Amino acid sequence: MFDGYTMGELGAIFAMQGFAGLILFSVYVLMALGLAIIFGQMGVINMAHGEFMILGAYVTYLCSLFFATFLPELFGVYFFVAIVLAFMASGSLGMAVEWGIIRHLYRRPLDTLLATWGLSLILQQVYRSVFGAREVGVRIPEWMRGSLQVTDLVEVPFNGLLLMTLTLCIAAGVYLMLYRSAWGQQVRAVMQNRVMADAVGINTGRTDRLTFGIGCGIAGIAGSAFTMVGSTGPTAGQLYIVDTFLVVVFGGAASLFGTIASAFSISQVQSVLEFFLSGSMAKVLTLLTVIIILMLRPQGLFTLKVRK
Amino acid sequence: MTRQYRLFTLEEAVNFALLALLIFVILPAMLDPFRLNLFGKYLTYAFVAVGLVLCWGAGGILSLGQGVFFGLGGYCMAMFLKLEASTPEATAIQSTPGIPDFMDWNRVTELPWWWEPFQSLPFTLVAIVAVPSAFAFVIGLAMFTRRVGGVYFAIITQAIAAILTILIIGQQGYTGGVNGMTDLRTLAGWDIRPDSAKLVLYFVNGALLFLCLLAGQWVRKGKVGRLLVAMRDQEDRVRFSGYNVANFKIFVFCLGAAFAAIGGAMFTLQVGFMSPTLIGIVPSIMMVIMCAVGGRHSLLGAVYGALIVNGAQTFFSEQMPELWLFAMGALFISVVMFFPTGLAGLYEDHIRPRLPGLRPRRPGRAEPIATAAAE
Repeated sequence: MFDGYTMGELGAIFAMQGFAGLILFSVYVLMALGLAIIFGQMGVINMAHGEFMILGAYVTYLCSLFFATFLPELFGVYFFVAIVLAFMASGSLGMAVEWGIIRHLYRRPLDTLLATWGLSLILQQVYRSVFGAREVGVRIPEWMRGSLQVTDLVEVPFNGLLLMTLTLCIAAGVYLMLYRSAWGQQVRAVMQNRVMADAVGINTGRTDRLTFGIGCGIAGIAGSAFTMVGSTGPTAGQLYIVDTFLVVVFGGAASLFGTIASAFSISQVQSVLEFFLSGSMAKVLTLLTVIIILMLRPQGLFTLKVRK
Repeated sequence: MTRQYRLFTLEEAVNFALLALLIFVILPAMLDPFRLNLFGKYLTYAFVAVGLVLCWGAGGILSLGQGVFFGLGGYCMAMFLKLEASTPEATAIQSTPGIPDFMDWNRVTELPWWWEPFQSLPFTLVAIVAVPSAFAFVIGLAMFTRRVGGVYFAIITQAIAAILTILIIGQQGYTGGVNGMTDLRTLAGWDIRPDSAKLVLYFVNGALLFLCLLAGQWVRKGKVGRLLVAMRDQEDRVRFSGYNVANFKIFVFCLGAAFAAIGGAMFTLQVGFMSPTLIGIVPSIMMVIMCAVGGRHSLLGAVYGALIVNGAQTFFSEQMPELWLFAMGALFISVVMFFPTGLAGLYEDHIRPRLPGLRPRRPGRAEPIATAAAE
């Protein structure tokens, strides 16, 4: 499949596709971080995670409309406002869902899957009723449109750079919250041993709600970032949910570092293969590889050693 | 142990008979041919749901990829029918007569080797069951011997469903792509399209469903069924007692796959086409939902669940298309939260105690499963 390319061209192809893969990587990481918290830490299978992401995307869309209509001079910075709003919108919906549905199902993880699937159907229909069935796209501010010419074969778009910076910041933030804050300590304590955590005085109910809310909020940010690279439709979330779950499982469900590493490898492989094969075959090959590796190493790439 | 278990209690026999009455007498008598064909289509999903009762309800193995097996069975049938419909005479206008039309559109000039055997009906009938079962065996062997279970198994099977769909859509020239295989006409010379043929197929479908139900009942009542329930609740204890847990799981997973495949083949025959939209992630989850609504511990409940969920889907999408996703979503959430044992559980708890001559069942009935959480 490499026939007919010189070494220099191959290098440029790998660099370009690698960079395109980094954008995919950003979306995967942002989606998967939220899911890794919810699924990896809490053991809840949130099939509506994609819909939380799309909520973030729609909030960003509304935000861009608002700025374009009322505050055109500030349009360049709407994206940052939108990120915060998207986080808050998805986060509060997440907390409401945790309170209404999830908290009754902690002992039945497979059932959370069915219930959140029902939720995702409802949310999809809500989006369809409110925003219409057609996909919507946001107008990207001028300063984000250019691209950086690295060599004469390789160029790097600004929005991709921004997306990656954002991803790195959020990943760092999640790491700090989970492993360096009192809240993170409580979350990890509750997930490892709920009864014991309760006994030492941790408010497990509140911790759960906050954890779920933050996981969903990060999905909202993912949606916000997603508008930079694609258009948003009511069912767009569903396209990503399987990939994201595989990313989380492949990385080792409870390991944050594993999630990032697996998002990186999956997105890179897929993106580079896409250049040489058709898009669908690239996807099939990537997913198959992941599944075969998972069959050989069911616990994922990185695992947390916990005494059970 | 050589103890014999009774296949049916009197109550179960009556319930089986009532279902048979509904399927073979009441529905055909009440419905016009179009609606009856629709119910025949719903009943093909009941095969999958019955398989899920065995895998999920009894064995605690939740597969989100049953659509894969449904689809493989359906595609095996569709390939045979398509080849029969693509005689050189019928396809004379193509640039390569004698191959299916979608191959010709995609500039495939000869029949791929793996299509060749599907010109034979006996081979096809064997393949319908054998191909999905073999596939399930490979998946099961890889997963269960490595003790992958619960949530992880669910996610991996879901990914397999995604892969198969993408593959079928991507390889248009060999599979018909996203449109699937359409324009199927005859089965060994017998036209499957007129109403009279549909009526025959409906009864064949019903009979096959009862065969599967009987097989399911036999498995559940026998030693395997008891071991499955024991494994679902306390897998380690069964393992320590010297049983090879993986083998039983593989067996029941393959059985579920075979049931789903028969359903898929009957779907192709009754509806007249097969497409990747029927076998992907969304349909696979719908199949699980049917099982959950009917009652994941009840074989007969699964049949009613398939009828009700599909019936509701048709009703809502005909009458109020905007509302049907709301209604379905609400149905799933409420079933999971308030009736985890489904319709069959409602019958057990509310109707059964009021029936004359039936004592309440012994306490200690298996609670809804909590497999992964207990690990």
